[in-house]
Amino acid sequence: MLSVKKRIEDLIVLENNRLNEEYYELVLRSAILLPAIYAGQFAELRVDHTNNTFLRRPVSFYDIDYKQKRIHLLIRQVGNGTRQLGRLQKHDFLNIIYPLGRPFSIVPGKKFLLVSGGVGIAPMLLLGKSLISAGKTPVFLFGFRSEKQYFDLSRFSSLGELLITTEDGSKGTKGLVIDHPVIDSEDFDGIYTCGPEMMMKAVAKVAAAKKLFCEASLENTMACGFGACLTCAQPTTSGMKMACVDGPVFNTKDLLW
Amino acid sequence: MVDFRVNIGKLALKNPITTASGCFGYGLEYSDFLDITKLGAIFVKATTRENREGNPYPRMTETPSGMLNTVGLQNKGVDYFIDHIYPSLPTDHTQFIVNVSGSKLEEYVEVAERINTLENIPAIELNISCPNVKKGGMVFGTNRHAAIEVVAAVRKVYPKTLIVKLSPNVTSIPEFARAVEGAGADSISLINTILAMAIDAEKRRPILSTVTGGLSGPAIKPIALRMVWEAYHSVKIPVIGIGGITTATDAIEFMLAGASAIQVGTANFVDPQVTLKILKGIEAYLLRNDFSGVRDIIGNLEMPEGFEKYRPKTF
Repeated sequence: MLSVKKRIEDLIVLENNRLNEEYYELVLRSAILLPAIYAGQFAELRVDHTNNTFLRRPVSFYDIDYKQKRIHLLIRQVGNGTRQLGRLQKHDFLNIIYPLGRPFSIVPGKKFLLVSGGVGIAPMLLLGKSLISAGKTPVFLFGFRSEKQYFDLSRFSSLGELLITTEDGSKGTKGLVIDHPVIDSEDFDGIYTCGPEMMMKAVAKVAAAKKLFCEASLENTMACGFGACLTCAQPTTSGMKMACVDGPVFNTKDLLW
Repeated sequence: MVDFRVNIGKLALKNPITTASGCFGYGLEYSDFLDITKLGAIFVKATTRENREGNPYPRMTETPSGMLNTVGLQNKGVDYFIDHIYPSLPTDHTQFIVNVSGSKLEEYVEVAERINTLENIPAIELNISCPNVKKGGMVFGTNRHAAIEVVAAVRKVYPKTLIVKLSPNVTSIPEFARAVEGAGADSISLINTILAMAIDAEKRRPILSTVTGGLSGPAIKPIALRMVWEAYHSVKIPVIGIGGITTATDAIEFMLAGASAIQVGTANFVDPQVTLKILKGIEAYLLRNDFSGVRDIIGNLEMPEGFEKYRPKTF
């Protein structure tokens, strides 16, 4: 991948769409041409006007429209920072540092399983699009706690088969993603995963048993996002790596977790 | 035209805005965001004799108006620095100062000797105040005898500018400031992070892997300001102010309290361009108040009349 210069930029908010109680989608526009942005990369969003938050919030890219210079971000409200970002309105500015991190790899093979839990579905839309433009077939397997977290996922289902699990069975197959029968399918040439660490570990185990290519996007807490603070440490087979610059996407065979 | 030049012992800086060790990498991490050669100096990350992997994850958590970290001096060691990093630093255009750390006195001495051989490194900052390593670090900075011993030992082998970074985790800053001055320091920088803790109530567990860590950011600024003021009145050597500086006003406050230069730390993570904004803001302040140079404001604080009557004597 070419090394793209990182930017700090004020983007204008075009839309802030509430998807359900926890999730919202921000649509932002740049005044200048967007840099190349790849699936799995992220941005650091500045949070203004709160009493006590201080650091930026790392958020993966959800969708990109180069022609319209638009960036889409899918955000789950988990604390004060993401609550404040959820209050952004049309015409507000949002200061972001981007594009950051190492993206997912596109590797030889025809059919790939994209397994996510919760807000971990965010990078899978761009990844699905990249796979398709590389002539490959993505199958999405997404897990949620319940129907309450679910929202319109037709952007995914228009790209490929979409399978849903919920822990309480209120939508799709009951159980965790790892319990879904598609996990045992022999059709796939590789797996990509993003979501809670427990889920990604379980998925990586399945991939290892089948000797399949597998990449996971980690969510280690970080202060800067560009390799200065050294807090998002991730032990790997080749020593301590930083999730922000060496990741967030790692091949699961390299992870010591 | 404002005169921004300041002196730290024998070391001349083109301006007083520098970056704190551990918050600015080797400067190169920030080169997409700003022209790092416009800074007065860059204090590069802590360098130890051997490669260090640092502490386990989780190493960081946000706290009200700040953050808590336990990186644990992760770095590739002094040889790697000399062979691979030093040659790529733009040392002709700004000053690079190496933060020297260790677990034993001999390690500090050895790293200082090695760095002394580098022609374009004019100074070191002796880190006797890291709260996140089991041996060394803060152990030296919170015991007066150990502090004197390590500073004196490094002084013997290091003829260039020796800055000693003090820990805030002591009862009396003046006592430590005077102790390291007496042991031969050319300057003191303060404060390092404040030993602190965060708990996840739901999980009933400490958040950091090492239970405690170092608090930084705006949350610690008023404490740092008080300590810099005390240090300035306790020693004759120049003081470098550190602790939660995020704006030009913060930097000016530290200089009024007595700092000859300041380091910007955690704020770089939030706004990678903040240092140059601070420099601009200081220029505006100096022009607005008819000061011809930044040196005019160092320690230029008007004290309330007879304040000593109401305040315990600490220096």
